Amino acid sequence: MELVEAIILSVLAASTPLLIAATGELVTERSGVLNLGVEGMMIVGAACGFAGAWLTGSIFIGALFGIAAGTLMSLIFALMALGLAVNQVATGLALTILGVGLSGLIGAGFVGERITPAAHLHIPGVTDIPLFGRVLFGEDGFVYVSIALVIGVSWFLYRTRAGLILRACGDNHASAHALGYPVLRIRTFAVMFGGACAGLAGAYLPLAYTPFFIPGMTAGRGWIALALVVFSSWRPGRLVVGAYLFGAVTILQLHAQGWGVGIPSQFMSALPYLATVVVLVLISRARSGGSTAPAALGTVFVPDR
Amino acid sequence: MQAHLRMLDSTPDGLNSGKSPLLRTIGLTKRYGDFLANDCIDIDIRPGEIHAVLGENGAGKSTLVKAIYGLVQPSAGEIHWQGQPIVLSGPADARKRGIGMVFQHFSLFDNLTVAENVALGLDGKESFKDISARLAQVSKTYGLPLDPRREVWQLSVGERQRIEIVRALMQDPKFLILDEPTAVLTPQEADQLFIVLERLKAEGRAILYISHKLDEVKRLCDTATILRGGRKVETCNPRRETAASLARMMVGGEIREVNAASSRKTTVPRLVVNDLSLEPGEAHGVRLDHISFELRGGEILGIAGVAGNGQDELFAALSGERLSKHPDTVVIEGIAAGRLSITQRRRLGAAFVPEERLGHGTAPRMKLSENALLTGHAASGMVRRGFINSAAALKTVDLATETFDVRKAKRDPEAASLSGGNLQKFIVGREILRNPAVLVVSQPTWGVDAGAAAVIRQALLDLAAAGAAVLVTSQDLDELAEIADRIAVMFHGRLSAPLAASEATREKLGLLMGGSSLEPQEAVHAVGA
Repeated sequence: MELVEAIILSVLAASTPLLIAATGELVTERSGVLNLGVEGMMIVGAACGFAGAWLTGSIFIGALFGIAAGTLMSLIFALMALGLAVNQVATGLALTILGVGLSGLIGAGFVGERITPAAHLHIPGVTDIPLFGRVLFGEDGFVYVSIALVIGVSWFLYRTRAGLILRACGDNHASAHALGYPVLRIRTFAVMFGGACAGLAGAYLPLAYTPFFIPGMTAGRGWIALALVVFSSWRPGRLVVGAYLFGAVTILQLHAQGWGVGIPSQFMSALPYLATVVVLVLISRARSGGSTAPAALGTVFVPDR
Repeated sequence: MQAHLRMLDSTPDGLNSGKSPLLRTIGLTKRYGDFLANDCIDIDIRPGEIHAVLGENGAGKSTLVKAIYGLVQPSAGEIHWQGQPIVLSGPADARKRGIGMVFQHFSLFDNLTVAENVALGLDGKESFKDISARLAQVSKTYGLPLDPRREVWQLSVGERQRIEIVRALMQDPKFLILDEPTAVLTPQEADQLFIVLERLKAEGRAILYISHKLDEVKRLCDTATILRGGRKVETCNPRRETAASLARMMVGGEIREVNAASSRKTTVPRLVVNDLSLEPGEAHGVRLDHISFELRGGEILGIAGVAGNGQDELFAALSGERLSKHPDTVVIEGIAAGRLSITQRRRLGAAFVPEERLGHGTAPRMKLSENALLTGHAASGMVRRGFINSAAALKTVDLATETFDVRKAKRDPEAASLSGGNLQKFIVGREILRNPAVLVVSQPTWGVDAGAAAVIRQALLDLAAAGAAVLVTSQDLDELAEIADRIAVMFHGRLSAPLAASEATREKLGLLMGGSSLEPQEAVHAVGA
């Protein structure tokens, strides 16, 4: 029983950064902008988040540093891709390359340092309930934030007028402009939200997952988050399924390797990717009619005034 | 100069000339770089009047209404609303004052529902529930039925326009702008629209009606302002003008008449389509459903229909952009071509002119000679042992320029630098110069000025007279009546039996375009298939 609980806990921990980053990117893409720089924004968020926590001794301030760093990175993207109407794919890739280099520079002085990782919730009595007590009431703050984030984004997109306008920009920017909505401003906010989430997701890694910083510690999680957005067909609900599934298979295959299952380890390491793709493809195939991607995704918009 | 001033001062002697104008523009000018899209335009619009703005493509109609709706800021001049000069900060500002607009290319969101689309066009803090209720009420009052929960991509073009109109009406506008509203409607749908517009007029609202369909304007409008090359030419009462006099004012000269050869001999079948069915290639596409027809040399077959009923899919299937399941569904010059590539079909003597000029018909950033090569490489002397013969390509450009009166700044400019009409003349010319046995052409004169349209139609007639088989898809019924020998109608991916042009009245075609069948024999066709 303890093993099951431990596995669930580690699954949640592995899934949370994916979920946070993907939720931010989902909002960005729903507004019609394809920011491929998630990995770059995450890694800078990781370096700055660790730096903030190490300097101040506060995980909370570290997280704020991560958010600020991710947002700043996304502003570079917004300036290029929205302000100057540069190709979004090229800009996003460049942002990732920039982020990897920048994080190495920022984090160079912190390699080898350790901090006290984010504290886990503990409600006496409740958290100690066997089996689900720790899973539900004993997580670190990031996990609760990530869940609140998905619910909040879902509510925003489908229940608020502002969310409707954001989706409208992603569907047809020319129409949104013709109706008088400030397409570029809305998209800039969406890109910044995506950056903030990526920064927070990056900061999660050194602040809660492993209490130290190493260069390149995001290890491709930004790309996984991007893929999750696509395979979830831009729906927050499916994003949760995808992120947790990916986290679960990642952890389970590690345990399976530990138990000595006679399958090559390379295949086991590839399993999370395969499983996520298969399941999400099956989900989106079941959907009938209508296109899934925001119709204006990745297209450049220059309003004529 | 004197005459010009007199023209500007002359007021139309319509019914409403006594009322003070609701909206007035004084010297409205919009400049894009060196280009004057609108040059000192004065226009008065009175309550309870339907005011037409007439002009060819590029005359400045759309720029004018965009300025009035706050979408572009005028470079000079004033807009007066109810007697007061105003500066519009944007469309929301215009809507607040009571100016509504129905766009030509609809400003709708395909993946959102009708109610969501309407909500996006309203500025208030109304709850979604109230919007839905009011939507139901307005659509009932004006006889414009709509289901608020459906997503837009599922709707027909006519229904989409209804959303736009209902959305505009929900703001209770004093002044409504309609930008070419009937361009995409069947004649019957257009009639329905006119009833709504008459009713709005009776309610005392002013309507600005942009069109280049002269019959409509004569029938519906009280006043017409004619624009040419960004300037106002005249304001008149269209009911007192003839269609010919209005056309003269629009074009600034006589339009060449198109001469159909009196008797064309039809020869062998050159393009035969046998029971062609094809699943849609993309989301929201149309499924081609058992299409059959036979087209002989010397004949022009017109395909009418509201856009989005499978015309694009049929073009793709004929041109080889999409392959059919069976080779004998498309037969070109007696050879089963359903599984052949575009190039192989060209070698059989077929030529294709798609609807979209830039990006489909030509590569916009490539020179004309390179674009000539792109369709001509298979069946002309432009390529020798894999190397491009630039001189031959240039000669094609020169020949097309001369034969079809293509006006351009340089000998061999980029395709994108040509105006729509000139580029279309080049594209059609490029294909005709290859002497095709079969020409499939989609929307040959869409968005082309009247002069170029006449040249293109004449070229198609001449080609047929020379013995080629020509298939023309068009939404312009007048065009089809002018050049086609037989006309068939596409609806929901099905093609009606062709009618002889002499029997194809607007009413019959309109019914077919709306999905009604004329004869019960269609059932026989289905059984046979």
